Amino acid sequence: MRDVNYNFGYLDERTKRMIRRAILKAVAIPGYQVPFGSREMPLPYGWGTGGIQVTASVIGPNDVLKVIDQGADDTVNAVNIRRFFQRTTGVTTTQRTADATLIQTRHRIPETPLTERQTIIYQVPVPEPLQRLEPRELETRRMHALAEYGLMHVKLYEDIARYGHVAATYDYPVMVNGRYLMAPSPIPKFDNPKMSMNPALQLFGAGREKRIYAVPPYTKVESLAFDDHPFEVQRWTAACALCGSRSSFLDEIVTDDRGGRMFVCSDTDYCGSRQSGKEEAA
Amino acid sequence: MILRASRLTKRYGARVAVEDISFELYPGEVLAVVGESGSGKTTLLNCISGRLKPDSGTVEFTTRHEGAKDLFSLSEAERRLLARTDWGYVHQSPELGLRMEVSAGANVGERLMALGERHYGRLRGTAAEWLARVEMDVQRIDETPESFSGGMRQRLQIARNLVTQPRLVFMDEPTSGLDVSVQARLLDLVRSLTRELDLAAVIVTHDLAVARLLADRMLVMKGGRVVEQGLTDRLLDDPQHPYTQLLVSSVLQP
Repeated sequence: MRDVNYNFGYLDERTKRMIRRAILKAVAIPGYQVPFGSREMPLPYGWGTGGIQVTASVIGPNDVLKVIDQGADDTVNAVNIRRFFQRTTGVTTTQRTADATLIQTRHRIPETPLTERQTIIYQVPVPEPLQRLEPRELETRRMHALAEYGLMHVKLYEDIARYGHVAATYDYPVMVNGRYLMAPSPIPKFDNPKMSMNPALQLFGAGREKRIYAVPPYTKVESLAFDDHPFEVQRWTAACALCGSRSSFLDEIVTDDRGGRMFVCSDTDYCGSRQSGKEEAA
Repeated sequence: MILRASRLTKRYGARVAVEDISFELYPGEVLAVVGESGSGKTTLLNCISGRLKPDSGTVEFTTRHEGAKDLFSLSEAERRLLARTDWGYVHQSPELGLRMEVSAGANVGERLMALGERHYGRLRGTAAEWLARVEMDVQRIDETPESFSGGMRQRLQIARNLVTQPRLVFMDEPTSGLDVSVQARLLDLVRSLTRELDLAAVIVTHDLAVARLLADRMLVMKGGRVVEQGLTDRLLDDPQHPYTQLLVSSVLQP
């Protein structure tokens, strides 16, 4: 039930309007980081304050909200954020990807393909992909302005020289619409191809770093690579121990102290619906 | 003519760093700028390499395709493109010119990657080739400059700058801070590279031996002004200006 002592969505209306303006600008310039006046939230930084502020600014009373943390709906971050919006907006929440109109996520994109009527909101810890390579922000902004992205390939080169392959497995840098270099937030690189030409609107909020950026529907998103070391996603030899999927992102779970382990889907909704589908068929 | 500076003046507040300096540089020519500390050599170098805007005067560079262009009327993007294709800049301390935390190969390949090279094998091949050209051990291509000696770092910095086949290189005291035998080998390398690649270079130095060995022509600076200029051997063997005479006579003879 909605707590009427809070404004709808917790933030006041002027703040929401300010954030919506930033979002509009971000959508107009795909991949460009728009600064915004990030607010203090009743959660600490690192718990998704950027994503929460974006969600709070776009959510309406008829929206259906799904919150994902590492692919699961029932982990602590997801439960907290879902309860937060239940209390401050009273909207319907769901765990089913297909039923949701708004999806706030940390670390994953759902396995079920998104549609045009959905918006996905990513929580972003470090919005600047060049930050680890070039600490001066003045310089990184200039590099974005002039599209000078050679430095990112220096990082990839370095990975291949040291490890024989590009060692980055998450937050793998992408080029958006052939123009801006973008951090896709710490999703596994397995999910990178899903970002490209996705029918859903993708919004990114970084609360501590005070940046919002976006990938509009049907926008090309390319993962960086070398011609002779093309981009590849993770593969597993095992199938999901619960639903048998061979095409989803798997988590390795240690089951005992004697080396027992199993691989299961990280997307709990996807895995659960496949299991119940099987039971019905049986 | 590849570079022309006309009536350059740069002041820091009331202090004059560079005053009314004009010169021309021709393709393949090596020009040494000598003078004592504080005479405005480095300011002059910064002005002609587009890093510092002079208060008055112009710097023209002859581009490959579009003729002479005034540096400070170019957009920042054009100037930066020029700086990483047609120019090189060798810093006095290699730590400023190198990325110390990435491998030698990546250091050499960075400019190529910035220009759009996306083939790892080719990048590595080119990097190895350049390491060999500056007489470095190709086996060390995957080591970071942190493990290199001062002389090797300076060689690496030179390779990193020359990989795009620039036509003009600026050098700021490239050999100071190195011991004498390493200095001699590096100078020898720079001399043969400038001849081989038909490089034009502006070398700022306070070491007259460097000037004698490398330069075709010299400018002598004092208090922000050029007091004497001319062919290197003429100037060093028959200095006319009292300051140049002082400078030449103060070189220690072992």
